Amino acid sequence: MGNWIINHGLTSLILVVWMAINIFLFVWYYFIYDLNEEYYYTRHLLGSALSWARAPAAVLNFNCMLILLPVCRNLLSLFRGSFVCCGRTMRKQLDKNLSFHKLVAYTIALMTAVHLIAHLLNLEWYNNSRRGVYDTLSTALSDLEDTENTTYLNPMRRTDTDAQQSPTFLVFTSIAGITGVIITLALILIITSSMEFIRRSYFEVFWYTHHLFVVFFAGLVIHGAGFIVRKQLTTDPPHNYTLCKDRSAEWGRIPECPIPKFGGGPAQTWWWVIGPMILYVCERLLRFIRYMQKVQYRKIVMHPSKVLELQMVKDGFKMDVGQYIFLNCPAISELEWHPFTMTSAPEEDFFSVHIRSAGDWTDKLIDIMQKLPEGAQGPKMGVDGPFGTASEDVFDYEVSMLVGAGIGITPFASILKSIWYKFKISNPKLRTRKIYFYWLCRETHAFEWFADLLQVLEKEMEARGMGDFLTYKLYLTGWDQSHITHVVVHHDEDTDVVTGLKQKTHYGRPEWDKEFEQVRKENPTSVVGTFLCGPAVLAKVLEKKCAKYSDVDPRKTKFYFNKENF
Amino acid sequence: MGKIEWAMWANEQALASGLILLTGGIVAVAGQFRGWQFAAYAIAAGAFVCLLEYPRSKRAKGTSVERTGQYCFTVCVKSFGPLTRNYYVRAFLHAALCVPGGFVLATVLGCVCLGIASLIYLAAAIRGEHWEPILPRKKEIRQPGGSVANPPQNPPPRPPPEMRRKRVDDVEGAAYDNPIPVSD
Repeated sequence: MGNWIINHGLTSLILVVWMAINIFLFVWYYFIYDLNEEYYYTRHLLGSALSWARAPAAVLNFNCMLILLPVCRNLLSLFRGSFVCCGRTMRKQLDKNLSFHKLVAYTIALMTAVHLIAHLLNLEWYNNSRRGVYDTLSTALSDLEDTENTTYLNPMRRTDTDAQQSPTFLVFTSIAGITGVIITLALILIITSSMEFIRRSYFEVFWYTHHLFVVFFAGLVIHGAGFIVRKQLTTDPPHNYTLCKDRSAEWGRIPECPIPKFGGGPAQTWWWVIGPMILYVCERLLRFIRYMQKVQYRKIVMHPSKVLELQMVKDGFKMDVGQYIFLNCPAISELEWHPFTMTSAPEEDFFSVHIRSAGDWTDKLIDIMQKLPEGAQGPKMGVDGPFGTASEDVFDYEVSMLVGAGIGITPFASILKSIWYKFKISNPKLRTRKIYFYWLCRETHAFEWFADLLQVLEKEMEARGMGDFLTYKLYLTGWDQSHITHVVVHHDEDTDVVTGLKQKTHYGRPEWDKEFEQVRKENPTSVVGTFLCGPAVLAKVLEKKCAKYSDVDPRKTKFYFNKENF
Repeated sequence: MGKIEWAMWANEQALASGLILLTGGIVAVAGQFRGWQFAAYAIAAGAFVCLLEYPRSKRAKGTSVERTGQYCFTVCVKSFGPLTRNYYVRAFLHAALCVPGGFVLATVLGCVCLGIASLIYLAAAIRGEHWEPILPRKKEIRQPGGSVANPPQNPPPRPPPEMRRKRVDDVEGAAYDNPIPVSD
């Protein structure tokens, strides 16, 4: 339970607060339009559909304000940097920005649907009132014209259009109507191209269509113009609806019931969204400035299995372990930015990424790099970042269990290198005395560079007599008959046949019970931190094992599972 | 942008349009709006579009992801053969289906969205894409160790009999070389 509060508590709190604000706004505005006197006559024409349209509008204002904020990644980084005082849990919330963005987007979609349906009802009922289908009061109210002495209530002014087409006519001849249609269309296109399937398979469709949000916000800001939602204004002498509602034939002719006047309010959405819109413009400007900054290539290496390593230098660039950057190569595509986790340690004087062939952009990049002559500088590259909460917790534990699955070992390259550098200079920040590293992958294809890194570390540790500082185990989960034959034949050799490392490769998935037992046996009194970069299923398994093998006795071994977001 | 299969996005858009048509139609029929007959048509058209678009096509390149429970729909849609396979047919079908939705406000949005889906399908058809059903693959069960139906016809090659006789005087020079050291 304690572990849950540490890992999920603040997120849950933020979500509860956000939901509470939404509910409050909905209910507050619902009752304004449902109970206030100045809307009495409007309600007579529209019923509760008026409130059902205005309440989601308020929630939409709030959420449209919020939706731009989580995607300002540079500004979030600035925010994160200034939060050094407030603890990692606070800063880790900033890593969940995209989840929050999606949640707010779903809310916008839902509220748009409610708002739309309510307005469909409103338009139909305005139309009916105008045509005299309802009672005398409704007809009288709808007949009020837009002259000096009266001002209209019912926005449907013309009766000469075809009765069935009047609502459509009003929609397409009013600012609110046209902007409403355009922005809803933009929203639908954004949503259909953002479905996970499309995002993962055809990222460009998602990315370019998403820019329709510019159309969305432009339309949203003017959507409220046109004074369509009308309330009763005070007249002199005042028009009391309780007295006068049944005497509509006498309005203007008796002193206590002058002809009522109505007016609409100005557009308000821009109050909500102008701030975030400015922030977002600043964000894109910042990205552009960073893109223009010069990036020098220190080294370009082609590893086996088409893995490209780029070592680069940029003025003023500072990184922490486990962070990622966005790369843009104008020679391949002007507008695409792709994220890559950094594989270098902060102690090194360059930063590096390892890029695998995984799509159009990476393939073209590898192609360009392969055609470069020896020692030449690579193509112009824009670098944005670094982003992400640094995984500094790794250094705080005496004993660390690091589990990397598949592509998830990439941040561990950075972490392991950093740990080794810190160890060599006896950095006091490093409290780690022992590391257990578990590397799970289906096949080592495309990860030979990581095996090389482990080899180098292994040699250095042996040279210093620190052979047991790092214990690592590789688990190949995608083995078959040929693997077995290979192993049987080379059984006697000192180094492993697959990786060339001293530690032998295991086949299949690890038996976590055995592993945790071993760690517990070898470290009877330590606090062990477990870190995972891999699938969520594995996270659940490890969390359970940590709970199972932790001892209540504070003098004995305790396991803490850290839900890291790499 | 070379690898994009437009049909995949057109499919998402069409499915969404079907739902929007359906919703708009239900609102107009339930509220007994003017022209609700068009809305009743929209309910039917929306439902039909949803059923047609629910089964996702197999991707030409890459792994296809099924929608939950789409297998029965796949079988139904597959049975129409070239009518559902060809995206030109779908483009024109959606264009035709969407028109009556424009006559009542409640279904105008569904009409426009379906029209857009029709355009994307047209683009897909021009690029030569077509609908492929996602069917479960029959896994081949391979016998470990291979088939025993064809035993070898010849004995394995051996050195001539003189060399095969055990040479007690020269154990080192004997023909065989034990791969695994033999210890008593």
